[in-house]
Amino acid sequence: MTDFSGQIINLCAALLLLVAFGMLSQRRVLSLINLFAAQGLILTISTAVVAYSSHQSHLYYSAALTLVLKVILLPWILHRLIRKLNVKWDIETLFNIPATMLIGIVLVIFAFNLAAPISQMAGTITKSTLGIAMASVLLSFLMMITRSKAVPQVIGFLAMENGLFFAATSATYGMPMVVELGIALDVLVGMFILGIFFFQIRETFDSLDLKHMEKLKED
Amino acid sequence: MPALLPIDSVAGVILFWLALALLGLALQNAPRLIAQLLFPLSAIGALALAATALGALGGPANVAVLPLGLPDLPFHLRLDALSSFFLLLLGAAASGISLFSAGYFRTMPGRALGLLCFQYHLFLASMALVFLADDAYLFMVAWESMALSSYFLVTTDHTLPQNRRAGFLYLLIAHVGAIGILMSFGVMQGGHGDYTFATMRGSHLSGLWASVTFLLALFGFGAKAGILPLHAWLPEAHPAAPSPVSAMMSGIMLKTAIYGILRVTFDLLSAPLWWWGTIALTLGLLTALFGVIFAAVQTDMKRLLAYSSIENIGIILVGIGLTITFHAFHMQALSALALTATLYHALNHAFMKGLLFLGAGSVLHATGERNMGKLGGLIHQMPKAALLVLVGTLAIAGLPPLNGFASEWLLLQAFLLSPTLPHPYLNMLVPVAAAALALAAALAGYVMVKFYGIIFLGQPRSEKLRSAHDAGGWEQFGLAWLALGCIALGMFPMLVIDHLAPVTQFLVGHQLHGNTAQSWLWLTPVQPERASYSPLILFSIIVIGVLFSLLVVKKFYHGRLRRGPAWDCGFPEQSARMQDTAEGFSQPIRQIFEMFFGVIRELPSPFDKHPRYRGETIDRLWNLFYVPIIKLATTLSSLIGKLQHGRIHIYLMYSFITLLALLAFVR
Repeated sequence: MTDFSGQIINLCAALLLLVAFGMLSQRRVLSLINLFAAQGLILTISTAVVAYSSHQSHLYYSAALTLVLKVILLPWILHRLIRKLNVKWDIETLFNIPATMLIGIVLVIFAFNLAAPISQMAGTITKSTLGIAMASVLLSFLMMITRSKAVPQVIGFLAMENGLFFAATSATYGMPMVVELGIALDVLVGMFILGIFFFQIRETFDSLDLKHMEKLKED
Repeated sequence: MPALLPIDSVAGVILFWLALALLGLALQNAPRLIAQLLFPLSAIGALALAATALGALGGPANVAVLPLGLPDLPFHLRLDALSSFFLLLLGAAASGISLFSAGYFRTMPGRALGLLCFQYHLFLASMALVFLADDAYLFMVAWESMALSSYFLVTTDHTLPQNRRAGFLYLLIAHVGAIGILMSFGVMQGGHGDYTFATMRGSHLSGLWASVTFLLALFGFGAKAGILPLHAWLPEAHPAAPSPVSAMMSGIMLKTAIYGILRVTFDLLSAPLWWWGTIALTLGLLTALFGVIFAAVQTDMKRLLAYSSIENIGIILVGIGLTITFHAFHMQALSALALTATLYHALNHAFMKGLLFLGAGSVLHATGERNMGKLGGLIHQMPKAALLVLVGTLAIAGLPPLNGFASEWLLLQAFLLSPTLPHPYLNMLVPVAAAALALAAALAGYVMVKFYGIIFLGQPRSEKLRSAHDAGGWEQFGLAWLALGCIALGMFPMLVIDHLAPVTQFLVGHQLHGNTAQSWLWLTPVQPERASYSPLILFSIIVIGVLFSLLVVKKFYHGRLRRGPAWDCGFPEQSARMQDTAEGFSQPIRQIFEMFFGVIRELPSPFDKHPRYRGETIDRLWNLFYVPIIKLATTLSSLIGKLQHGRIHIYLMYSFITLLALLAFVR
């Protein structure tokens, strides 16, 4: 039984990495949001499986929280937001996509290399997935760097949080419930604030392209 | 009901001042009330503080723990001999200054006056708390609120850009100094994590760490005291501040730094090393000479007084250096003598310099002029202020029987009576230092002749001076209080020394004794056959001499007062502008010490229709010490500024690369 759930977790981890790469290469904002929701779903499943196999009942709450927040609420807000802002168009990236993918692969190798000694020490069922968790954090970060528009950057930020959550689950069976609740609330509030910022930025610069914000620099 | 301890009364005065500060804010619409009610009340508070401190001088140390501060980190208070002495200084000088302020600020608009009243009393309260603090935490809080409130006082007239610049420079140096003090406390607590002074007294540091502490403290407190080369703020801040504030900063606030040095060196670090004394002595001499030479060439009267403050701080530091040296070589009697002279001079300086700054304030009020080149002859228009200021100038010039003489004489006695110290270089240094100190004292006399002569004597240099009014009632009251202090401190040095005995006993474990037992008339530091001084006898000789000459003039000479033109060398068209000017008077000094100054001169050509002469003396230390630091800071910040592109992707990249580098590093 443990073997089986271990396999499922590994599968989820692999899917998570795949989705992270998918987000890195995705040009359309709408698909990006869908991919983000998919990532949240994978996270929910893997957390639930970890909870089941390790009998950590508080992880069920985490899974439920992830489901509500990252699969339903945040994608819904984002959908509403892009409809209001009318930014369904293709995303301009700063680097071309294949080059970004290559950098992503290098990052994944780096992350695995980094996680190897920690995985050996960890006694959890999910130890082999730590590398993937770190890789998805780094890939989301890379996505934030390479996108020039504001909305994909925020999605990158949220995806990074997903990666961190996965890392926490895989390394130590999750953070204490208080911390998790706190982070979830932070993400939600952050999302609201960023949403307000979108409107402000668009009002000020007539665009959500962040290169206009260079004007704010003090000479 | 338990008896009221002195420390409770002191805390009561501090609370009273804080209440006055808030009242000042509340009464912004009634400026007359602030000036004529709150400031006299504050003077009464100061007087109560002085009386309490005087009573507590000989008594046992009081301690108290305030239920304020951070959780588990309460404020500790302690009133011992040293803090009592400095609280006495604070109270006695502040009462005169507050009385003066009642008159000086009466014409100020209400809003500005309310804010000034707030900052003024906050300043007073925080200075008192500095003296009372018994842990590094409260000390730093009080120290910083003192710096901040005085910053706002300095920039009272913030519409002028040079005042804002002066305030900034002051705040900057004050904060650099505060970092030094904080670090010295950090070293002193020695890893206990407990910042009370009681722990610091108990932790016996090794020689190296004790030295580090001392040097950090000297640096930190030196920045506040204006010890070379951290003096740059003093001549800028004093002219910018309103005169009572200058008096308070120069007379009292500089002494908080002296207090800090004494507290750290003798109380918290138990065993000073001899070479600390040499450093303090050398720095003190340099500061004193620098201050007096620059004071001699100033033309702005408040700048002149500011440089004179630097000189006096130098003299006090010389005393501290001497005390440390004697103490380190276990010459307790001499170290008690030097410490007595130091404390005595600190007390005297509070009175003298307070008096002179207030007098300068009266002149400024009456004429609106700070430039001595445009003043003159004010003794006719302001006879009372002129008389009171004369007392201050004579005292600071070190003339007997006033107080400046008594303390400088004691200090020189400490030098001259020093037997062979067990160190050859020190033996060579001490006579040189004594000579340099005598030079500084003599030049101080020159400076004061210039100050008084140019401002009050001679003919008015401009027409508007003829309508100058004398100081008002409150102002005269304040000036007279300080002048009486100068006279009393000079007349009864034996009493003063008796009251200083508990302080020297506390700090160096010895006291000057036998003064009262032997004779209340004669001041004998060590032995009657070596040297002794009786101000009362000297004073009676002076009085008798003056009366006798008056009598001779009245009875045997014609006895009439004649006013006639001065001999004009056959050139009849004399004007007031032909008098010796401030620049002209200091010309010899400028010539002799030319290498220390950077002098800028603009000389008119013989054919100029409107000839203009301008001479400016520049502090070379500014270019030597400060300009390189400014340049370095500018270069570094422009380099760091290159990191800023305004592109959010680049910023994200910075954190990404940092993250990767750190991850690779910890691996």
